[in-house]
Amino acid sequence: MSSPIIELKHVYRSFKSGRQIVPVLQDINISVNPLEFLCLVGESGCGKTTTGKIICGLLPPSAGIVNFEGADIASLRGEEYRRFRRRVQIIHQDPYASLNPTQTISEMLSYPLFRHKLASNRRGVLQRVRELLDLVDLSPVEDFIDKYPHQLSGGQRQRVSIARALTTEPSVIVADEAVSMVDVSIRIGLLQMMMDLRDRLGVTIVFITHDLALAKYFAWDGRIGVMYLGRLVEIGHTQQIIREPQHPYTKVLLSAIPEPDPEKTRSKQHIQLRSEDIPRLTELPRGCSFHPRCPWYVDQVCDRDVPELAIPLNSASDVEVACLPLQQGRELELHDA
Amino acid sequence: MSQTLPPDVVLKVDNLSIVYRTDRGDVKATVDVSFELKSGEALALIGESGSGKTTISLALIRKLPKNAVVTGGQIFYQRNDSFQDVLKLSNRQLREFRWNECAMVFQGAQNAFNPVLKIRKQFEDTAQSHGWTDKAGIRERALGLLQLVRLDPERVYEAYPHELSGGMKQRILLALAVLLSPQVVILDEPTTALDILTQRAIIDVLNDMQRQLNFSIIFISHDLSLAAEMADHVATVYAGQIVELGGVNDVFYQSLHPYTQGLLTSVPTLEHTQDLLQSIPGSPPNLITPPDGCKFHPRCAFADDACMKDIPPLTVDVGAHLAACWHKDRLIESRKASV
Repeated sequence: MSSPIIELKHVYRSFKSGRQIVPVLQDINISVNPLEFLCLVGESGCGKTTTGKIICGLLPPSAGIVNFEGADIASLRGEEYRRFRRRVQIIHQDPYASLNPTQTISEMLSYPLFRHKLASNRRGVLQRVRELLDLVDLSPVEDFIDKYPHQLSGGQRQRVSIARALTTEPSVIVADEAVSMVDVSIRIGLLQMMMDLRDRLGVTIVFITHDLALAKYFAWDGRIGVMYLGRLVEIGHTQQIIREPQHPYTKVLLSAIPEPDPEKTRSKQHIQLRSEDIPRLTELPRGCSFHPRCPWYVDQVCDRDVPELAIPLNSASDVEVACLPLQQGRELELHDA
Repeated sequence: MSQTLPPDVVLKVDNLSIVYRTDRGDVKATVDVSFELKSGEALALIGESGSGKTTISLALIRKLPKNAVVTGGQIFYQRNDSFQDVLKLSNRQLREFRWNECAMVFQGAQNAFNPVLKIRKQFEDTAQSHGWTDKAGIRERALGLLQLVRLDPERVYEAYPHELSGGMKQRILLALAVLLSPQVVILDEPTTALDILTQRAIIDVLNDMQRQLNFSIIFISHDLSLAAEMADHVATVYAGQIVELGGVNDVFYQSLHPYTQGLLTSVPTLEHTQDLLQSIPGSPPNLITPPDGCKFHPRCAFADDACMKDIPPLTVDVGAHLAACWHKDRLIESRKASV
């Protein structure tokens, strides 16, 4: 097994909001192996975007360590730091907001090449811009190179965003909801292109999404990490998690999602939560933060200690779950809503 | 056209065409759209952004933007013995029609509550502007509806919008929409931008409401799963036209239009096996200068010369399943071959 390319160790992050301190991430431990497809999934406010920004160095953690290729990124200086910033890139969610409307595609892609001295002269830069557009299937290149973002469709813009992320020849790309603003009919094409980038360019992709079906498709041979209120609650191989979710939150989530198949979706059993209210991050419940809503909640256990990720007792797989009753090998009993 | 509709039909749209006048030319947002809505049924209009689904629904309540012009067609509405030609209603009649007969929940409207008014006031304002002034009566009806959408009625009725979550506000909107007992409720992207568990709650609540109050629903969505779960009938909208219309099972399992089929093969499922997915090549056409013939032909694998020349009509082959395609047989063949 090769060593991880990205490693988050006990990462915390909080934000100040007025006089309150909002703990957005708590004790996140993730390692991403080279060329792995990792998906972080969760609902809004679970901290998945913050995690992505921390991986890219766009946001420092409040506590904890982020390693890139084994080196703590907080200790990197000068050229080493610049190299890290080149090697780890992010694709943002909204292609309507993330591209500068006053720049042509060519200008947009040239800037990082000049900035990081990745091409020696104007001709070299132009040559590279053409290669990049070709790589993201914006061809013929002439039709796009001098366009402004407003002249492109959403899908084309997102391809430009991907090309821009590729300018610095990254080894890791964090794709934050990179296809959710794009029309359904072209989403999969974009996703497949990103998946090809791994094979063609050797890029490791961390994909952040709220859509579990999309995560399943993307990370079929990789891993999924499920987040809830700032913590990872389950992480492991995609197929195992989709087939046999273990953490109560993952189970509820999977049971709630409608399927694009009338008979299947109408016969699906939905697990009822004990409460539909999502706790505020500033008033997190004691113990497991899912316990007030959890239909399998065990009194005197779940409301005491915060569960850490571990492989449950007697588990056949190596999926890690943050749930104390499961880790203790208890049979879970479903409470009525 | 006689002055009535079949007894179980509440709404009938007949060859409706709408253009938006813009500086760059006329945007043909709705072209010859026809459909019927039956009493108590849920019809889904599915399509991508810019396909014209919202335009169709805005026309139903005559809420089109100022630069929109209805260039043809009619909309009929029927309740018990009263029959109305929606496009000919006077302003006063329109006021009666909206909300009393046909209510709409706009996309993202959970963020459009007046932040300085309590929910109670927003219910009262709605009722009063439609001539219902008995506050105790309004309160009783509102609390009943809030109960139906699984909220704590007393607490929510006296709350300000900022005290409520997005999912709660969406449920309040659903209650508000049916306050005046409309026969038709239009929902524009009712679950978009809500979290998964909140979406589930909204779907369940809507099903409950429809069972109890028996209104008809037209909902607009880009989400095929939502249509699969909630709709009785599905209409696929592409480039301003309805290209396929049929029962939910027919459309999902026996699609007769390559665009619908393309949409279906581009969404991943949660089923246990790996999906074989494919995007539809190209992108939707510009509606100012749409392609000749079938508007989908530049993206369609089955297209030939006929498709580039003539617009295929929305026709029935079997039962009540309509599709606008010259090559339904090729689509059916290819589906057989791929199984």
